[in-house]
Amino acid sequence: MTQSKGNGTAAGEGSFALKVGLAEMIKGGVIMDVTTVEQAKIAEDAGAAAVMALERVPADIRKDGGVARMAAIEIVRSIQEAVTIPVMAKARIGHFVEARILETLGVDFIDESEVLTPADEANHIDKQAFKVPFVCGCRNLGEALRRIGEGAAMIRTKGEAGTGNIVEAVRHMRTVMTQMRRLTTLGDEELMHEAKELGAPYDLVRQVARTGEMPVPNFAAGGIATPADASLMMHLGAQAVFVGSGIFKSSDPSKTGSAIVRAVTHFQDYEELARLSENLGDPMAGLEMESLAEDSLLQSRGW
Amino acid sequence: MSSLIGVLALQGDFESHAVALGRAGARACPVRRPADLAGLVGLVVPGGESTVMQRLAAEYGLEQPIRAAVQRGLPVFGTCAGAILMGRGSELRPPRWRLMDIGAERNAYGRQLQSTTLTLPLATFGEFECLFIRAPRLFDPGPEVEVLGRRDDDIILARQANVLVATFHPELTEDDRLHRYFLESCGAEASETSVGR
Repeated sequence: MTQSKGNGTAAGEGSFALKVGLAEMIKGGVIMDVTTVEQAKIAEDAGAAAVMALERVPADIRKDGGVARMAAIEIVRSIQEAVTIPVMAKARIGHFVEARILETLGVDFIDESEVLTPADEANHIDKQAFKVPFVCGCRNLGEALRRIGEGAAMIRTKGEAGTGNIVEAVRHMRTVMTQMRRLTTLGDEELMHEAKELGAPYDLVRQVARTGEMPVPNFAAGGIATPADASLMMHLGAQAVFVGSGIFKSSDPSKTGSAIVRAVTHFQDYEELARLSENLGDPMAGLEMESLAEDSLLQSRGW
Repeated sequence: MSSLIGVLALQGDFESHAVALGRAGARACPVRRPADLAGLVGLVVPGGESTVMQRLAAEYGLEQPIRAAVQRGLPVFGTCAGAILMGRGSELRPPRWRLMDIGAERNAYGRQLQSTTLTLPLATFGEFECLFIRAPRLFDPGPEVEVLGRRDDDIILARQANVLVATFHPELTEDDRLHRYFLESCGAEASETSVGR
């Protein structure tokens, strides 16, 4: 609180409160994966609260294989110029240089994402060292709190990206919510043991035990393909949803995107959900989890 | 019984506003349909993406009833995106509701890296911790607008009759003074002391 700035006293830019603050603004909204300017404009017109710039959507990464990296700089820049809503971009797990480059470009949020090929098998990015906010994926509460401990300002379920199958996102959200509820039932003297079991920072475990809530906004991702999927995740406790392949792998991206946005707002209104789900054309083709080899699972990346 | 304040809940940080209103002693209910406007003594239009909120408000038939109610005197408090919608603007999107005679420019200070926290002197309130998140800028106020705070030359808090706007986010701090001030203008009784979390 020392830096003087104009007529006010600045508490600094890039504070945790400001990072979480932007995540708060995206609540009740949909973040859509886009790979081109055209897609970004379609997403914005459909009512996306933010777009995620990346080179290939997860379904194509899954299909084509190879190393998936941060999006090309020119793609990120052109998308930033094309839309007025926040622009997010993905960096590889542990690849703090990709993250620094994205920060230099002025992206609004970085997703340290298991959808890309991890750069570090042990360490995630030290997100507290950045001014730009980060979102990270999780499969359970321990993973979520480890990421928040590193500085993540938003958490999302990992689900299983690129499958159009909601089952893993449901599993991860239910696990997180159940684990948070359980913490609220424990005595203070039990929390250190629980922190050890979860592999989570003790202070954050205590905070969740006290509030029963995730310390940062808690969103859903990984397999959302229909308005009903989006509504389901909101019912389970998500405060917003990410849609990756589900929009631009559907037969009518504009209509599907619009419908998912409205399904998040009206997630408890089943008549509206029925109306939104009508005449949407074909959703993306889905994959059964049993058809996926263990080593092709994106969710096992990171820890 | 405490008074019912609506919070436009189409997209954005409507939950934080509901929590802040609750701390200040009011009951908050989400507004997603025109029927939800019935019986309200005040309305909050929260932060979020103004383009998304405007589009959904128009599509679900909320824009006209909200404008009519505010023109009839319903107190309204717009923060950030909500302030953008209340003002006028030359940008293509979003179309504005023009409930206050003041210019409002979106993302006027840049992207998230330019988001900042400033402690600024506000009329009536004194020093206030203001979180600016991809904040808009208010300028060129009409004669009926009372300017209550500035960030350099830009207006950050203003009031015109029953319309109150802030370009920052009082709902994201524990300081409820602005919410209490709004509740007073709603004729609602704010509780005596703040109940911190």
